[in-house]
Amino acid sequence: MTVMDPTLEEVKKRAEEREVLLDLENVSLSFGGVKAITNISFNIKKGEIRAIIGPNGAGKTSMLNVINGFYQPQEGVITFNGEKRKSMKPHLAVSQGIARTFQNVALFKGMSTLDNIMAGRATRMKRNMFWQMLYWGPAQQEEIEHRKKVEEIIDFLEIQHIRRTPVGTLPYGLQKRVELARALAMEPELLLLDEPMAGMNLEEKEDMSRFILDVNDQLGTTIALIEHDMGVVMDLSDRVVVLDYGRKIADGVPEEVQSNPEVIDAYLGVSH
Amino acid sequence: MFYRTSGQFKTTYESDQALFPIKQDMVLLVVILAAMYVVFPMFASEFTYKALLVPVLIYSLASLGLNILTGYAGQLSLGTAGFMGVGAYACYKITTIFPEMNIIVALFLSGFFSAAVGVAFGLPSLRIKGFYLAIATLASQFFLVWLFEKWAWLYNYNASGAIEVRTMDIFGLVVTGPNASPMVQYYFVLGIVSVVTFAMINLTRGRYGRTWKAVRDMDIAAELVGINLMRAKLSAFAVSSYIVGIAGALMVFFWKGAAEPNLFDIPMSFQIVFIAIIGGLGSVMGNFLGAILIVALPVVLNLLPEMLGLSIGSATMEHVNVMVVGSLIIMFLIVEPHGLARFWALIREKLIIWPFPH
Repeated sequence: MTVMDPTLEEVKKRAEEREVLLDLENVSLSFGGVKAITNISFNIKKGEIRAIIGPNGAGKTSMLNVINGFYQPQEGVITFNGEKRKSMKPHLAVSQGIARTFQNVALFKGMSTLDNIMAGRATRMKRNMFWQMLYWGPAQQEEIEHRKKVEEIIDFLEIQHIRRTPVGTLPYGLQKRVELARALAMEPELLLLDEPMAGMNLEEKEDMSRFILDVNDQLGTTIALIEHDMGVVMDLSDRVVVLDYGRKIADGVPEEVQSNPEVIDAYLGVSH
Repeated sequence: MFYRTSGQFKTTYESDQALFPIKQDMVLLVVILAAMYVVFPMFASEFTYKALLVPVLIYSLASLGLNILTGYAGQLSLGTAGFMGVGAYACYKITTIFPEMNIIVALFLSGFFSAAVGVAFGLPSLRIKGFYLAIATLASQFFLVWLFEKWAWLYNYNASGAIEVRTMDIFGLVVTGPNASPMVQYYFVLGIVSVVTFAMINLTRGRYGRTWKAVRDMDIAAELVGINLMRAKLSAFAVSSYIVGIAGALMVFFWKGAAEPNLFDIPMSFQIVFIAIIGGLGSVMGNFLGAILIVALPVVLNLLPEMLGLSIGSATMEHVNVMVVGSLIIMFLIVEPHGLARFWALIREKLIIWPFPH
């Protein structure tokens, strides 16, 4: 007997039942006269994989930057975990439980893989400078405690062999994986992935897809991802939101979005 | 062969994160420390102390301070000598206002003044980076030297405009002033340099080190990892200036004995920048290697013709010296742009896997 794919109704129902983690209401962002995001509302629910797609320049990355506080939207209300957000600084996003990776790899090139991931736990380490100078007692205990957590993530993503390698010398696919590890080290509730598979070959894409599903499944992390590979997006995500020219043109489960005429127009172009 | 690591297994994270995960490193350090603490004092003359050992230690310390800021946190600074001056003048004022105070306490207190000044001049780093920040710190250099000249209270209204260190003792042992024995001063400086170096090794391999390096390598990513950029940059300025200030106070109190404001002028700032770059940015050990090359080598070269029985005029020797040291610096930078510390790291790596190439 084969396992049947769930029907559209079942998928929709499952999405309905989940609690809302992040809610954006009528968010607008502009740089001077350029409108990056116009009046967008959507939500991300706990435990789902939410894809944000759209043609180049649609405002996807700006959207992520708004979510983690890098940009301040001029209008709109953002509610995270039931709390309305007032002003936001990027370094505070982590303590609220939002972590992200970047479109172009943004690792700390001069540091080893281990140090990069440990840096992801910087906000969780509390010992003061005096203890750190001694590197003894509480400071050492803290360091070891976090090292254990980091090693778990290293095991999870299968990067044990490059633990001591400076990340600048690693191949691109592994760098992306280290970046994911660093984001996981922050133990986020919401993980934002900006094109996690850009520039990868098929095998690396398959590995990365598997890791994303595992993170979602085993750690229970909610994931919002931007990706251009439609095959990957449709296979991975629970729900998809489509942006074009800073506006939302579609929102729903993959099957719905795929058959939406506006989405097809946006991607293929349409004769006017 | 000497560096073979086979048989050294790590079974706990504690031992994996130890200061010396490889036993041979520890042996090497013990040998060096034994040489510094026991062997050198057995043979050193007053000249060796005054011209070689003490200056190398003090310049290493100053360069270590700069390295925290430039090598670890990535904030270029050209104001090192000015901050050394702040430490020296602060120590001078503290010892005049509280004549009974132990010099060690005064020394560590004076570091806080240079740290405060460093943080104040580090504020522009929140908005500007790279060469532009270097120019901003250069301004602090000019301003501080001007202040040392014009603010007579700083040098106790001396007619000469210089500060002179009076005789001070610790539990009866004379450590500063003209009567102090060079050996005592050497031990004093060595002790302080050892303690500060130990603290900095630990600081740079822990959370602070990672935070600084993250800011250096990619500040936007650092911010999104949850690092407060302002706090990271200013803490680097504070720690760096603190160490640099102590180095300045040591220089005046335990080496020169007196100082005029122009001692803390730009040439010394540049010299310390050179030590840090040639030694290796982002390394603690590099500062010592760099200081040996830039501070000690010229002195040794000056002595060379005399030892070989050649009669070369001292003026000629001075020129030859500049040429030799200059070409050595260029050679080292071509062979290993990341400094002597990286050079050593490569040699060590080769030794560990010897006789295999990979």
